[in-house]
Amino acid sequence: MPRVLLIEDDPSVREGVELGLRRRGHEVRTAATGEAGLDALAEFRPDLLLLDLMLPGMNGVQVCHRVRESSQLPIIMLTARGDDFDVVIGLEAGADDYIVKPARTEVIEARIRAVLRRIEEPGGARSAVEFHGDLAVDRAGLTVAKSGERIALAPSELKLLLHLTAAPEQVFSRQQLLEHVWEHSYHGDARLVDACVRRLRNKIEDTPGEPRYIQTLRGFGYRFGPL
Amino acid sequence: MSPEPDTGPGGGAHHGPDGAPGTGPDPGPGGLAELRRGRAARRRARSPRLRPHPFGLRTRLVLAFLLVAAVGCGTTAALTYRAARSAILEQAQDTAVSAFREQVDALNIRLPVAEDDLRPLLMQIARQGKPRPWRVYAEYGTVRVSSTDRPSSSVITPELRARAADQRLPHGSFQRVVKGGTPYLTIAVPAVFLTRSAEGAPQRTGLVLYAVMALDEEEANVEAMVTAARDGALPALAVALIPALIAARGVLRPVRELRHAAHSMGRGRLDTRIHAKGSDELADLARTFNESAAELERSVAELRNAEARARRFASDVSHELRTPLAGMLAVTEVLDEDADGLDSDTARAVRLISAETGKLAVLVEDLMEISRFDARAAELHTDEVDAADCVRKTLQNRHWTDPAQVAPYLGEGIRARLDPRRFDVVVANLVGNALRHGGAPVTVRLWTEGDQLVTEVADRGPGIHPDVLPHVFDRFYKADQARTRSAGSGLGLAITLENVRLHGGTVTAANDPEGGAVFTVRMPL
Repeated sequence: MPRVLLIEDDPSVREGVELGLRRRGHEVRTAATGEAGLDALAEFRPDLLLLDLMLPGMNGVQVCHRVRESSQLPIIMLTARGDDFDVVIGLEAGADDYIVKPARTEVIEARIRAVLRRIEEPGGARSAVEFHGDLAVDRAGLTVAKSGERIALAPSELKLLLHLTAAPEQVFSRQQLLEHVWEHSYHGDARLVDACVRRLRNKIEDTPGEPRYIQTLRGFGYRFGPL
Repeated sequence: MSPEPDTGPGGGAHHGPDGAPGTGPDPGPGGLAELRRGRAARRRARSPRLRPHPFGLRTRLVLAFLLVAAVGCGTTAALTYRAARSAILEQAQDTAVSAFREQVDALNIRLPVAEDDLRPLLMQIARQGKPRPWRVYAEYGTVRVSSTDRPSSSVITPELRARAADQRLPHGSFQRVVKGGTPYLTIAVPAVFLTRSAEGAPQRTGLVLYAVMALDEEEANVEAMVTAARDGALPALAVALIPALIAARGVLRPVRELRHAAHSMGRGRLDTRIHAKGSDELADLARTFNESAAELERSVAELRNAEARARRFASDVSHELRTPLAGMLAVTEVLDEDADGLDSDTARAVRLISAETGKLAVLVEDLMEISRFDARAAELHTDEVDAADCVRKTLQNRHWTDPAQVAPYLGEGIRARLDPRRFDVVVANLVGNALRHGGAPVTVRLWTEGDQLVTEVADRGPGIHPDVLPHVFDRFYKADQARTRSAGSGLGLAITLENVRLHGGTVTAANDPEGGAVFTVRMPL
């Protein structure tokens, strides 16, 4: 069962979510502030971080940036506001997904499982490592390297890249990507995809403004290549 | 307020109602004039009330001024003409009459009159004509003598002859006659004996002398005066145009400013004020307008503030409710699972709390959504999607897959640019509403009309009562005041309406003649 660190300042939410997740068998550690959460991170070594955006002192976005500096830990934001602005900032800071409060425990858990789930590989005699231009994608080892240097990718970024490279030059609509990579319903928030594509391009493209690997087809979606 | 000429009362520089020059600064050739015309045209397009008035204030003012000027000039000219004419003619005839009398008095005539004696005398008198030469005729009984080659003149009227014979007019008389377009002065003087005694009346001799003098020079002088009066009147009228236009401008500019200001206030610019100067009625009007505008602005600002406060309050309340709800909603599962192990009362209480927490969460979610619409913070994240796919997924996600309940008839291959999440909410709300308040089977149709995507949700229920129909999209509207709370939050259709509006579309509710309610959503593709 995944180990979850919950950073949430409101005691009732903290307690309620902790209770709900624990009942479903998760191992949960909670922290009331961003600073305490960062301390707990090193010690508790969670599989996933549930992070409230509105924190006293160090806010959720700052915590997100700090975590991303050193690790590719899966991060799901809890946002009480659901305001578009918050969500976008959190996604740009490197969160993999977000949940709008209030949410039922089953929804929270479904999101946790979706983020942690490895992308299903279509069985086949694939070589362990594929080369796309300067990119080397190791589908078995789940690593990506560019010009021989390993690139650190957050879970959502890695899954998106694996999904796109599994079918090079095929166009995927944002709704399709939401369903396959994030396991959201068809009517999920397409900004998740856009933010993730932007972060991914910043890491793998030579010039993110003129993408070579992940190309946009206006009105249709994204595709990998052609190189 | 822009001082530009426009199409207001009296027209502008480019089309005065009577070809009059405009009062505004003349727009230079080319660009500026074009720009002004363009702006005027745009203003016309925005506001059909702004049109040129062929009998506007300017025209009326100018006409009034011209009329006054014309009447003034005409009266003056007429009076001058009359006075001058009589002065000139009288002077001429006085001179002529007295001169003729003197001549006649100085005559030495021996009676009976002999034509041969008389003629030289007449010639002599004719040479003495004053102020101008005259023709002299003498009548004595049947004798006719004249200074000309014709013995008698046709200009002398019987009237004058009668008056000459009149005993009561011993000094003769005169008459102005117009013959053949030429005015003549005719003078008749009877020749008399002067008695030696002082009180004795002069005795008539029976000889009457006539002088006929053409007055064409005097007439020409009078004509010249008339011409002068006329020639003076026209420039006077032209000159009268200037004060007329200045006066018109003085009246019209404030009026035009007032109209612009009223128009701009009508478009919501409540801070519009007019420059009010002077102490005339128009300035009073401007000041009154400004005061009213300020008052209006104050009231509207208060209303807006009150409304904003109310909206903020609703938004803040729903925000504040989310946090406790987040804690409660996270533990409802725990309650539901453990309720079985509790005694029956506690179990019922626990289940009730769990169920109501779920409903409260939906209500707060909907309140938040409405607050975002009210605060104009709702954003549209459009994507190009297959419309039929969208509707199918919506029905699948809500588990409305039984065709006996919900029957989809979807036009395939329609690509539309819309916000999939919001469109999902629209379709789900309408279908959920039809299932709850209408009756199965609910049909969902999708097709295109021109550049519009049409989504229709119809049910086979009793339809919507005509009294309720105008209010179906109202917030928290209860069709039946005594109705128990339904599964919905009471905001579903209001949110549907806002979502459709955000797409630039419309949603209407109606009753199908065959029975059942029909909701139709039209959105641009």
